Amino acid sequence: MTPPELQSDLTGLRPDLAAIVDWIEPGSHLLDLGCGDGALLGYLQDEKAITGYGVEIGIDKVTECIERGINVIHADIEAGLKEFADNSFDYVVMNQTLQATHYPSDLLGEMLRIGRQGIVTLPNFGHWRCRVQLGLLGRMPVSAALPAAWYDTENLHLCSLNDFEQLCTEKGLEVLETQVLNHNHSNGGLSARLFPNLFGEVALYRVTKIRGDQ
Amino acid sequence: MTTTDGDVHPVIDSAISVGIVEPQTLIFDQSLELACGRSLPGFELVVETYGELNADHSNALLVCHALSGDHHAAGYYPGEQRPGWWDQHIGPGKPIDTNHFYVVSLNNIGGCSGSTGPTSINPDTGQPWGPDFPIVTVSDWVKSQALLADRLGIGCWAAVVGGSLGGMQALQWAIDYPDRVASALIIAAAPKLSAQNIAFNEVARRAIMSDPDFHDGRYAQQAAIPRHGLMLARMVGHITYLSDDMMRQRFGRELREGKVNFGYDVEFQIESYLRHQGETFVDRFDANTYLLMTKALDYFDPADVHGGDLSQTLANVTARFMVVSFTSDWRFSPARSREIVAALHQGRKSVSYAEIDSPDGHDAFLMTDQKYDTCLRSFLEQNQTRGAAA
Repeated sequence: MTPPELQSDLTGLRPDLAAIVDWIEPGSHLLDLGCGDGALLGYLQDEKAITGYGVEIGIDKVTECIERGINVIHADIEAGLKEFADNSFDYVVMNQTLQATHYPSDLLGEMLRIGRQGIVTLPNFGHWRCRVQLGLLGRMPVSAALPAAWYDTENLHLCSLNDFEQLCTEKGLEVLETQVLNHNHSNGGLSARLFPNLFGEVALYRVTKIRGDQ
Repeated sequence: MTTTDGDVHPVIDSAISVGIVEPQTLIFDQSLELACGRSLPGFELVVETYGELNADHSNALLVCHALSGDHHAAGYYPGEQRPGWWDQHIGPGKPIDTNHFYVVSLNNIGGCSGSTGPTSINPDTGQPWGPDFPIVTVSDWVKSQALLADRLGIGCWAAVVGGSLGGMQALQWAIDYPDRVASALIIAAAPKLSAQNIAFNEVARRAIMSDPDFHDGRYAQQAAIPRHGLMLARMVGHITYLSDDMMRQRFGRELREGKVNFGYDVEFQIESYLRHQGETFVDRFDANTYLLMTKALDYFDPADVHGGDLSQTLANVTARFMVVSFTSDWRFSPARSREIVAALHQGRKSVSYAEIDSPDGHDAFLMTDQKYDTCLRSFLEQNQTRGAAA
């Protein structure tokens, strides 16, 4: 699901993962939904002494996590997270995962039931390149953040950053922090900071419940 | 190949097999207090070991057997064609790698393969124990295994591993002796039996106990064996070890003679298969042991002391856990394994879980499968030398 352009930087950690790492308080308890090979958890375990689990649907990725010494639970995050108790994690992370699920709104709700804070990263369908491809060329966008053709993509529910923020508002979630990235400037540059919905290729959100306990 | 003594052996490849193995009997003089309130004045355990115990005793791995298993988990006995019951998983380079682990496998108390059980002589009467052998529990087994660990100089197992009832022992180990288990690998198990599981066990027990040759369990004194009952028990059990899909695939509605005969003889291939399974089982297993093993399963419920709260029961465990289930297992379905996983992660314990896509039902835990084997191997590699000496 993760575009190859985002797969490494000089620190060895993908820029989107590096940004997430900055947001995590040391020693916290974290659930990574769709954890893949466990790279984020491995890094956080080593560098920030976090505890927690990954949840991953692919058995080969599960095995990679086990090889890394990461606690991983082989499960379909959409088949239910009922076994996770309310507010049982400091953070629930969904990195490039939410847009590939059938019921992203429900899942966002589940995230913030289980975790005091949610960290979501998403490809931005409102990026100017997407707009040009769809609006002017009349073709489904293919970009660094959305590398697969329409018939090949795992993404089911693409959205712009404005769309996602509106969903957060509707669900009573407060966005605590945002960061946008693109594939050539890890922080997206000035234009992306000023006009994230137009110039940010990937967005990171840290959210919480407005009246929840933080 | 043919050895000098004329026995015919399968070709044993020492690169992947532990080779010819020999069981040993260890005698324990101390009395063993049992959960039922009775005690054994002393007991014997038949044990096999594979691989070498390292200098600091940190590489010991205990294999716990399931209902009908025994100590012969890997390798070959001289002259025998069939290796131990988990030979596909135990050996040099195999998931339970004897190049790294010192593997200990025993026959549990109450068994019928040499350890003290209903076929042993009751010192008080000079007769076989038979039905008078005390009912033993998973906790009792773990207690006896802890005495075995003491005897072998193992203070902390690098890993305790088991499938089905064996997995339950691994779980009980982590609960009863948290500082003596560095990692626990629990395969195709459940935190307790369901009413349906108990129901199947009860059918098996009734089949044995209603056999005219059962003689209230004193069949040995009558020179009888409740063959039909034990065979039926095994047939019913065996159905629960296979999946519907796998039975359909392997047997379908295939007829032995290609046509129905409007009678009650064996007609469908599945009937023939089950009867064969039942018949071969009777030759190697004791009916009283079968009764005991099913009771040990029925009574297993470690969370009972905490009002059913498994998470609380697991509050003091320190082992790293790996739980594995199989998609087509309906005896102990993936949902049952997930109960264990949930109780562990709710307590913030170290646990990983894998659900292996397999058509082979409960029996999948005995079989080799690339993804299953990789999970076992990956987990165990993380825990190779986490044990300690006594």
